[in-house]
Amino acid sequence: MLGKLTFSAIPLDVPILVGTFIGVAVVGAAVLGLVTYYGKWGYLWREWLTSVDHKRLGVMYIILALVMLFRGFADAVMMRTQLALAYNGNPGYLPPHHYDQVFSAHGTIMIFFMAMAFMTGLFNIVVPLQIGARDVAFPFLNSLSFWMTTISAVLINVSLFIGEFAQCGWLAYPPISELKFSPGVGIDYYIWAVQLSGVGTLLTGVNFFTTIIKMRAPGMDLMHMPIFTWTALCASVLIMAAFPVLTVTLGCLSMDRYFGMHFFTNEAGGSVMLYLNMIWCWGHPEVYILVLPAFGVFSEVTSTFSGKPLFGYATMVYATLSITVLSFIVWVHHFFTMGAGPNVNAFFGIMTMIIAVPTGVKIFNWLFTMYKGRIEFHSTMYWTIGFMITFSIGGMTGVMMAMPAADWVLHNSLFLIAHFHNVIIGGVYFGYVAGMNFWFPKVFGFKLNEAWGKRAFYCWFVGFYLAFVPLYIAGFEGMTRRLNHYDNPDWHVQMLIAEVGVLTIACGVVCQLVQIYVSIRDRNLPQNIDYTGDPWNGRTLEWSISSPPPAYNFAVLPDIHGIDSFHTEKEMGRGTHKPLTDIHMPRNTAAGFFVGAFSFVLGFAAVWHIWWMAALGLIGVLLTVILRSNDNDIDYYVPVSEVTRDVEAQSRKLMAQAAE
Amino acid sequence: MAHEATMPPVAGGHDDHEHHESPVVFGFWVYLMTDCILFGTLFAAFATLRHQYAGGPSGKEIFELGGVALETAILLLSSITFGFGALAAHAQKKGAFLGWLGITFLLGLSFVGLELREFTHMIAEGNGPDRSAFLSAFFTLVATHGLHVSTGLIWILVVMVQSLGGGAGPPRVMSKLTCLSLFWHFLDIVWICVFTFVYLLSVI
Amino acid sequence: MSHASSSAGHDVHGESHGSFGSYLVGFVISVVLTAAAFAAVMMHAMSPGVTIGVISALAVVQIFVHVIYFLHMNGSSAQAWNRICFFFAVGCCLIIVFGVLFVMHDTSMNMMSR
Repeated sequence: MLGKLTFSAIPLDVPILVGTFIGVAVVGAAVLGLVTYYGKWGYLWREWLTSVDHKRLGVMYIILALVMLFRGFADAVMMRTQLALAYNGNPGYLPPHHYDQVFSAHGTIMIFFMAMAFMTGLFNIVVPLQIGARDVAFPFLNSLSFWMTTISAVLINVSLFIGEFAQCGWLAYPPISELKFSPGVGIDYYIWAVQLSGVGTLLTGVNFFTTIIKMRAPGMDLMHMPIFTWTALCASVLIMAAFPVLTVTLGCLSMDRYFGMHFFTNEAGGSVMLYLNMIWCWGHPEVYILVLPAFGVFSEVTSTFSGKPLFGYATMVYATLSITVLSFIVWVHHFFTMGAGPNVNAFFGIMTMIIAVPTGVKIFNWLFTMYKGRIEFHSTMYWTIGFMITFSIGGMTGVMMAMPAADWVLHNSLFLIAHFHNVIIGGVYFGYVAGMNFWFPKVFGFKLNEAWGKRAFYCWFVGFYLAFVPLYIAGFEGMTRRLNHYDNPDWHVQMLIAEVGVLTIACGVVCQLVQIYVSIRDRNLPQNIDYTGDPWNGRTLEWSISSPPPAYNFAVLPDIHGIDSFHTEKEMGRGTHKPLTDIHMPRNTAAGFFVGAFSFVLGFAAVWHIWWMAALGLIGVLLTVILRSNDNDIDYYVPVSEVTRDVEAQSRKLMAQAAE
Repeated sequence: MAHEATMPPVAGGHDDHEHHESPVVFGFWVYLMTDCILFGTLFAAFATLRHQYAGGPSGKEIFELGGVALETAILLLSSITFGFGALAAHAQKKGAFLGWLGITFLLGLSFVGLELREFTHMIAEGNGPDRSAFLSAFFTLVATHGLHVSTGLIWILVVMVQSLGGGAGPPRVMSKLTCLSLFWHFLDIVWICVFTFVYLLSVI
Repeated sequence: MSHASSSAGHDVHGESHGSFGSYLVGFVISVVLTAAAFAAVMMHAMSPGVTIGVISALAVVQIFVHVIYFLHMNGSSAQAWNRICFFFAVGCCLIIVFGVLFVMHDTSMNMMSR
């Protein structure tokens, strides 16, 4: 009846998990209680959970990302603490079975549910505003994508309390991820969570690609698009090209596990190396999916706070495009040691070094944008400069490992761990946080607190170097990754320094939480409110409308005449004088939520082999989709009177501001 | 797989006075391209594993080209009947439209039936997907195509029922039909690669 | 078969819908190509290497026939992005298939596992 699920699957014997569960239950009950107490369920359901408004979805994505950051970061602290303790015969406090789940969950959650969700959140908030559109091309699919991502995140966290998580690292390499060596449900949780979120991500890619190609404001040529939109476009292309590969790879792995097939098994002709090839055909584009939008954020931030147009707009675009293409032909550098001949390793090594060139071009573009600019040291600029230093170092260690001979030494060592955290924290995370600080006033109408933002930056920046430079050294000294404990006392000092580093980063995370709290508390102080909708003297279209924007974004669609059109018009004092009209908008729908909910049932049931329940979930998904396609009441018109009222209210605010 | 049918019509953000074209069909085309890469990866897996018989049978020993030719013929025929159905829809001939789509549905159903028969036959002889890596790759690739066809069948039914309800050809139904048409013809293209690179290449 | 019954009136997507004639032409060509591929294999008239080349070429031609006659891809400017996406996707597929084959083949040669 319940498949493999029994009461013993609940890990009551692990005190850490029981404690975590109690903590989650208390916090969850508190949140639910507060919502009930203030009677906000109806509001929450109508205005947020069923919303198809890209701005609200974006906010929910970023909230999800921050929650997942918290989870993933807790894993990181646990790992560092374990390694600071477990040496010279001391087993530490995490037994291998638990420790292996922790590092697998850390990677999986940080990439799929923190970084991807954060990135999609920024896409949602920014892209339609930057191209002068009123929503994305497929608002319902957008809501569906969000719910697929969310329920997958829930699924992966359910594994904490019911059953176990994968113990094979974040990419679940076979043969250890095969049924023979991992008979538990951990890998199944991994597979289903990643697959279901992959559906959401793929739809996001299709959605934003279509939006950017088909829905730009009149006059906006491709070469007039803001750089963030360019990077979103390229990331969408990469998503669409790479995620089907991931789907197939994990699909084949699940065929092995569920139907006894032999894609990647040791016996019956299966090929482990095929899995590595396939997963990295997705995996390498994936890192560029994450980092390109961060590059976009830095481009916007640098030019805005330097008070100059971006240096070398066209080269920036071409660099982005060439990274997009090159990222498809470098995948073997993740496994130079697999036994391929010199031809293969030389080709992929050289390609990997070539991909560093357009990245270097970008760094110089940002530096030259700052050169002779009137730089305002806003906290987003702190993150940007911190990024340029950190990412350059990470990039150079990457080029080191692009040499197959050097990689032979460094492969699978902590040096590699330090390298990719160097580019992912220093590139991706710094970029997304900068983006959050940059666009926060646009979404909520007030600015984030500067002082706490800078404190967060300093903690992250210093903490990062404290945590990862020792790993570079330990990697050189031969310490491999994913060690549960070690006997070499020489490594202990590095692990202790890294522990200090991770605690410093923890202070950074706390500073970020305090920053959000303080900003909300002080939101009505005059210096924090964004009356004009243009708090930073911005250059792109999103700053031309009020903060927060109305649901339809633009009362009249702007006409674009070139790069940074809004900024040019601001300087020349021009405005659009097109007549207001009724605006056609999509209606909110709960269909996305229900597809997500049924997918969760499907995923959970499939993990535990509860086949009747899985069938129910699948039928639920199909029925919801069919019913939705039958629904003709999916749009409405915002009457011109309402639009006029909004426009007049905004101009009154502007005049009051000007009068002060 | 199940989300093709759900794209909303001309989405928000479209000012009716600006004559943008509908993004639905284009978006679906883009989705199909991702599906194309999905099949490409499956073909890559099959190509890598195609000689890993593990002591089991090779393709030459178990593939019956007669059945494959019949399946191919049925699928090709269903393509043109679907095309005629789409033309009838554009000409607002509801009866002809339903007729052609009904024929297409039956053809698709018999294709899936034939494929299932082939599969059960092979499994009954002990040559199931768990026999060797070659057979795993073969079953997964061909069944993925079959699953797509089955999704297409459900979709055809939905479109037929929906067109019974409303008047002939409101824009939303038409763009949905165009998407379905792209989907159905796309599956043909995948099948070309399947019969060429899976069946024919294995028996040479 | 009348051309008058088709398209134009509903051509809202910049897509063409073809006509009875174009569907028939496409159908006939693809039947011929399919039959040729099956015949090439079943008659064993050529060496295996040549046969592989012939059926691959036939498949490629047939794919284009389907794309043009059934998926209605054409050279119009309205479809520029459809074409770009199509060729990009095909390019990605080729990279994946031939890349994986190249790497896996090289590996098995180098490791002498074959």
